[in-house]
Amino acid sequence: MNAHLAIAPILVPFLAGVLLLTLRDLPMPLRRWLALFAALAQVGIAIMLLAAVAGGEILVYRLGDWPAPWGIVLVADRLAAWMVLITTLLALFALIHASDGTDRKGRHFHVVFQMQLFGLAGAFLTGDLFNLFVFFEILLIASYGLMLHGGGAARTRAGLHYVVLNLLGSTVFLFAAGLIYASLGSLNLADIAAKAAGVAPENLGLARAGGLLLLAVFALKAALLPLHLWLPAAYAGTAAPVAALFAIMSKVGAYAILRTATLVFGDGAGSLARLFEPWLLPAALATLAAGMLGALAATSLGRLAAWLVVASVGTLLIAFALGQQGAVGTAGTAGIAAGLYYLPHGTFATALLFLLAEALRRRRPASADSLAPDADMPRHALWGGLFFVAAVAATGLPPLSGFVGKFLILKAAAEQPWVWAVILVSALAGVIALARAGTRLFFSARSADSAAPPLPVYEPHSAARELVAIGGLLLLIFALTIGAGAVVDFTRATALQLADPAAYIAAVLGLEGVKR
Amino acid sequence: MEALIALAIGVLTGCGVYLVLRAHTFPVVLGLTLLSYAVNLFLFATGRLVIGQPPVIGSAAAALGQLADPLPQALVLTAIVIGFAMTAFVIMLSLRARAELGNDHVDGRQEGGTQS
Repeated sequence: MNAHLAIAPILVPFLAGVLLLTLRDLPMPLRRWLALFAALAQVGIAIMLLAAVAGGEILVYRLGDWPAPWGIVLVADRLAAWMVLITTLLALFALIHASDGTDRKGRHFHVVFQMQLFGLAGAFLTGDLFNLFVFFEILLIASYGLMLHGGGAARTRAGLHYVVLNLLGSTVFLFAAGLIYASLGSLNLADIAAKAAGVAPENLGLARAGGLLLLAVFALKAALLPLHLWLPAAYAGTAAPVAALFAIMSKVGAYAILRTATLVFGDGAGSLARLFEPWLLPAALATLAAGMLGALAATSLGRLAAWLVVASVGTLLIAFALGQQGAVGTAGTAGIAAGLYYLPHGTFATALLFLLAEALRRRRPASADSLAPDADMPRHALWGGLFFVAAVAATGLPPLSGFVGKFLILKAAAEQPWVWAVILVSALAGVIALARAGTRLFFSARSADSAAPPLPVYEPHSAARELVAIGGLLLLIFALTIGAGAVVDFTRATALQLADPAAYIAAVLGLEGVKR
Repeated sequence: MEALIALAIGVLTGCGVYLVLRAHTFPVVLGLTLLSYAVNLFLFATGRLVIGQPPVIGSAAAALGQLADPLPQALVLTAIVIGFAMTAFVIMLSLRARAELGNDHVDGRQEGGTQS
């Protein structure tokens, strides 16, 4: 079993997707159970994978048993396993929420959902640059399907922008991969890393251009300023469970930046070392500021949550950029460790806000989730309370895990006043934006005797699945808070592993016989 | 030959970028197609240009270090397949946008600027 553990997170959603496609004539409840079972299995596998690599082992899976660098390899280290676990947990609750009716609004929702997970897991686990491109395409194709699921003019318009931009991004990715291959002679990430230091002087310019083009592509996926403009409309326009799942999508770009920055363009890369460093921190700071300004200007909770996704990517990349600056072993790893702790928190908190926005859309007939008064909604204390907890989480106020994450990032940014200023001021802006949203949404009910026409009745279905999904994400945030010590120990170990890519390279290229 | 290939890639990319920046979906789709042609040619050239040699290790040519690199050819095949599928998808999406938004502007608005 252990021998195939590294490919299991990719195979299970793929097979589940194919199975759901062939069984598309089954009644919906059966398909839902099947999809739910697949999602649960993926969480189980992700936990097993994490347990297998937590001690510092690097699982290498050679597809077709071709030795690297000739064949394609899948590599599971701490970072990959951590990302897979976050994805599967998020997917489980997004799926539970989607089975509350979203999946009936178009055909093949569950198939495309599983294919999305297939692409995400592949992107995290692959150890090959061109294979990363292929998995990016898989997850993007699936995301086009999910994003347009349900249809509607606004969704089509945002979807067209999203698709065209990502196709352009894919083209640039191919140019970048071609440049890397032309200058370094390999596409295997470990092999590229091993060859980066010895790049021929006449190829140095090509390699630098290729590396920076890669950064541009990953920045587009991560919605880093100035390539963030597509995100708010796309995320706010799509269905709530899809937007919740997409909260991890922008983190794929952040993951790819972190992986290439530490493995390929790390300190051992000679004249290519720290290629991203001059760009990453300023762009990340500007992204956080722009995200919070957007949140202040948002007119609906969905848009607000989408801008908070931009802000959370900014926070995350500030942490990763700090990891690029400091000396290895001290401040550098502290920044990456803080970022890896903040990553699941930011993902779950923004997903939570998307689901709450959908809950409001269903219960406020006149103004949906826009920040305008509406008739008193049923069980407003429950939804208001949930919104309050989610807002505390999203802005990083104590006692929830966002505070711990931001505290760790600030600690890693010692003596960098700009970082402190941007993070603290933007946190204040986030508090103001969410406090204003909460006040408008829950405190200012429209008076019953107004001249407005009678409102349509709130659809009387049970809120059980919504509450399970929202409650589950909240529980994950609580778990991150309570287990902060253990999680931070793990992310520190992950950061140390990333800071020393020699073990990764040796494992992939089989120099030390770490074969499994 | 290097100059010719480089010129072809450059012209295709330039035209592609120009068309992608147009405001209507049809030129944008054409521009994406031109860009994918450009990137396919580019990938093909990343293995260095070699004329009339087999992509086989162990041949006499390979001993002289003149074999045609087979890897970019495989990459181009993959890129063509993916690019073809994505072009089909974006055409369908453009048609749907044309139907749902009432015009073929990328933002779904009329020339006058009113959003539909």
